[in-house]
Amino acid sequence: MVVQALKDQGVDVVFGYPGGAVLPIYDEIFQQNDIRHILVRHEQGAVHAAEGYARSTGRPGVVLVTSGPGATNAVTGLTDALMDSIPLIVLTGQVPTFMIGTDAFQEADTVGITRPCTKHNWLVKSTEDLPHKLHQAFHVATTGRPGPVLIDIPKDVQFASGEYVPPRKAEKGDYAPRLKASKAEIEALAEMIEQAERPVFYTGGGVINSGPAASQLLRELVDATGIPITSTLMGLGAYPASGKNWIGMLGMHGLYEANMAMHDCDLMIAVGARFDDRITGRLDSFSPNSRKAHIDIDPSSINKVIHVDLPILGDVGHVLEDLLKVWKARGRKVQKGALKKWWQQIEEWRKRDCLAYRNSEKIIKPQYALQRLEALTRDRDRYITTEVGQHQMWAAQFMGFEAPNRFMTSGGLGTMGYGFPASIGVQIAHPDALVINVAGEASWLMNMQEMGTAAQYRLPVKQFILNNERLGMVRQWQQLLHGERYSHSWSESLPDFVKLAEAFGAKGIRCSDPADLDDAIMEMIAHDGPVVFDCLVEKHENCFPMIPSGAPHNEMLMGDASTEDAIGAKGAVLV
Amino acid sequence: MTALNIEKGSSKHSAYDLRDPNAAGDERHTLAVIVDNEAGVLARVIGLFSGRGYNIESLTVAEIDHEGHRSRITIVTTGTPAVIEQIKAQIGRIIPVHEVKDLTVNGPSVERELGLFKVAGTGEKRVEALRLADIFRANVVDSTLESFTFEITGTPEKIDAFAELMRPLGLKSVARTGVAALSRG
Repeated sequence: MVVQALKDQGVDVVFGYPGGAVLPIYDEIFQQNDIRHILVRHEQGAVHAAEGYARSTGRPGVVLVTSGPGATNAVTGLTDALMDSIPLIVLTGQVPTFMIGTDAFQEADTVGITRPCTKHNWLVKSTEDLPHKLHQAFHVATTGRPGPVLIDIPKDVQFASGEYVPPRKAEKGDYAPRLKASKAEIEALAEMIEQAERPVFYTGGGVINSGPAASQLLRELVDATGIPITSTLMGLGAYPASGKNWIGMLGMHGLYEANMAMHDCDLMIAVGARFDDRITGRLDSFSPNSRKAHIDIDPSSINKVIHVDLPILGDVGHVLEDLLKVWKARGRKVQKGALKKWWQQIEEWRKRDCLAYRNSEKIIKPQYALQRLEALTRDRDRYITTEVGQHQMWAAQFMGFEAPNRFMTSGGLGTMGYGFPASIGVQIAHPDALVINVAGEASWLMNMQEMGTAAQYRLPVKQFILNNERLGMVRQWQQLLHGERYSHSWSESLPDFVKLAEAFGAKGIRCSDPADLDDAIMEMIAHDGPVVFDCLVEKHENCFPMIPSGAPHNEMLMGDASTEDAIGAKGAVLV
Repeated sequence: MTALNIEKGSSKHSAYDLRDPNAAGDERHTLAVIVDNEAGVLARVIGLFSGRGYNIESLTVAEIDHEGHRSRITIVTTGTPAVIEQIKAQIGRIIPVHEVKDLTVNGPSVERELGLFKVAGTGEKRVEALRLADIFRANVVDSTLESFTFEITGTPEKIDAFAELMRPLGLKSVARTGVAALSRG
């Protein structure tokens, strides 16, 4: 019944790991060929792989794990998916209903543990409810603000046979978030655009979650109005990096011109973004002279941290479509003269060249490595995942994303160990695409057991590890903030990554000389199979620009700035 | 400006409009939440309050529509206006929640709570307790030679006042239901 429901929901891949309490479902999987099961090496890997699958396709990712430790191992992935609004269906086995509460072998209160880290979850105690809940799970996970939904299925419920109900006959429940905004709200925003002298679009992951049409509408609106656009980490690719109105990513490690534009604008149009603390910096100095409009499907995101003047509750795609129509019908007006001056100001800021770094001929700078990776892969059908840390920010700064669903990174939760399994999920969804995980050596080690998965399914995922033998971002903070006392932020006893790759039957490449880098990257791309690329980079490079915690947008630290005492005591607690 | 009447420059200092949770005064709000009566729904609501650091002053829950499997949770909470708005939005996005009504904002409402008070004493104190109970329109629902158990219904303030009066008269134990509330009219 479970497998039938998944089929009827159009599922083609399940990421999972078997165990006692899910054996009946695994038995069903064994006896069919429509759904492909990908055996991971750890349940956290299954969830991240499903996230990678979901983010690169726009379809929900499906996970199947056992009770107890299977479920608890999935918790990090669930929280990650909740924070980044990724649609997942996670099926967990549970001990038989009559044993629940007896501390049975591999029993855990899965719905209790996962209640705060799922969009919704159910323990299904009767077979007749099962098909309804399965279909409802897909509805809840993919409707409104997407998120992970978990269904806990006791083993006796899996064994029992009941009447299957197809999706169209299943009870959907009453969950139906508002998608369209009112005409008055749209008119008000159109009028704000017409009057603004220094407007900026601030877009986020909500644009990508809304679907490809939303990105298309955003591009049309931005290009028609000529308004500059910046994006959060989660929203990269919704507007192309090569687009003429693109001013780069904003936030803590965002571009100078983007953050200055946010600070000095007179109209901020937030689209599917949630004013995260990595974006806003110091709240009482956040964009002090602007009117703010906020388009979001989640009412709890609006006015949560920043008070906005025009909240618009609705789906980004629907709202942008209406907005474009209304703005055009009103005569396509903008303050042309003022906008020209605004762009001149932005160009001035851009001249600071905030991503500049001192390159070296002796040692590979991480920025240089990513610039080369970008240059050598730009023209391919390319998907990038990352782990979490300095390399993640450099990837966001130095790689250009031309399309949505091409950049998979753990934004909200900041999960080290995300990128490798996510790259596996992406590669499964796009077998012929070039999938690269930009990693740090410390993050990568957190889920390196997935080498087994990559090798088993011959997935040509490229693990591009910027190896500085440090927890780079932690080290950077300790340098700036904790008197250069580098407490436990170095990677001791690292493996030989080349031999490690070879131990799994994969290819290992090591590169330490900038002169060899291009050839090594081309060798990595050319190899038809998993590659671990150990890129030995400068050990003490810091990631700039940077807004120290507790500082406003217009007080950024630049690469050449003195970094001593940059962060006050008050900011230190915000790290 | 259009229908929403947003004045140009209205939020010139919008970043300073931020309702800092520590600066603004706390307000007391009574919320009525209509939910599907499914397993774990109360845990979801309570977990939200503990997980996000909101206050619960009182909470009552019971099924109100047996056929439709609907329950009504009445929550009395305190917080700054911004926090109250956030609480309502957060509760509203729980999947089995159908409706969140803020009875404090939606016009006048009636609030009632039921309390049971066991008061032990003899002689003058016992008589006084009975006399006061009469004034408060409390009913005696159980009595022994040494004690009375009173049942009292009213606003939380009325029940607080009754408790204060009973304390010197031999109050032994108290059970209160928490507030149930409906909007007027």
